[in-house]
Amino acid sequence: MIVRIFSDGQYRLPEAVHDRLHELDNRTVAAVDAADEAAFTSTYAELIELIHEKGERLDDDDLTPSDLMLPPADISLEEARSEFTGDGLLPD
Amino acid sequence: MPGLTGRMSTIVKAKVSKVLDRAEDPAETLDYSYTKQLELLQNVKKGIADVVTSKKRLQMQEAQMQQQLVKLDTQARQALAANREDLARTALERKQNIQTELQGLDTQIAELEDQQQKLIDSESAMRAKLEAFRTKKEVIKAQYSAAEAQVRISEAATGVGEQMADVGLAMQRALDKTENMKARASAVGELEASGTFEDLTQIGSGKDDIDRQLEAIGAGGAVDDELAKMKAELGSGAPAQPALAAPAPDGEETPAAPAPDDGEAASQ
Repeated sequence: MIVRIFSDGQYRLPEAVHDRLHELDNRTVAAVDAADEAAFTSTYAELIELIHEKGERLDDDDLTPSDLMLPPADISLEEARSEFTGDGLLPD
Repeated sequence: MPGLTGRMSTIVKAKVSKVLDRAEDPAETLDYSYTKQLELLQNVKKGIADVVTSKKRLQMQEAQMQQQLVKLDTQARQALAANREDLARTALERKQNIQTELQGLDTQIAELEDQQQKLIDSESAMRAKLEAFRTKKEVIKAQYSAAEAQVRISEAATGVGEQMADVGLAMQRALDKTENMKARASAVGELEASGTFEDLTQIGSGKDDIDRQLEAIGAGGAVDDELAKMKAELGSGAPAQPALAAPAPDGEETPAAPAPDDGEAASQ
């Protein structure tokens, strides 16, 4: 699976970490729902760290389409909320 | 797929395919997107330049306040020498006031400096990504004109689209950040400009009287300390202390402050 972290790069992740990835992803969303800033920051950092640690970074000019995309590592809780409530972070 | 990653992926893919579907000629769309992103990057650069300007303005203000500090200190000494303790106190009160504001200004400038460096770093990362996008775009265009393997082309275009979205978001955030910093810097600048030389004791809006009194106690203490120090330096503020006294013979010194227990013994 190829994962892109915005403002960072693309990573190829082995099957073995998919479950862990989804678990952290769901916990991140739970933290966003609960507006729990501390939980959000730590869980999302853990998620990013998992990808950095287990993933194999692709070259910047690779540009293979990704299976999953993640907001930038320094995203704020507020920005994450807007990702769910509005059109998302991305400008048109 | 649920989750933040799923949500993000869905939105990016929807946006990318919307852009690509709308276009009759994907090659044109890619060129247009690239041009648009280049423009955005210019805006980010301009934003950074504006932040630098804001910072310089605050630094100039800081320099002016430093000068004012020196002037007020001199005035206080002059006033004391002229036996006008009230005037010296006023000058020192203003000095305290400015010193407090200077500390706030220092913090703001340091913060701007830090943010500025981060923005410069991310600008060069965006530039590198945009360059990768430009190269890839040319490859895709060549494939498209060859009119082979449509599926592969659209797949490649999706990958490029992601990169566009990535750089686009990074630039949007950088621009928001520069705007935010500029606004904060100018707000601080205005605050300093209007507040610096206002008399703190004037009745005005903003802080309530308790705040003022609490501040006055703190500031008053600092002013008293400084007054005492200046008095000591100037020779206890005695009215007619001659500047060029004849050399006093040993043992005739009179301590300005109450001497410690062993002072008498030592002076004999």
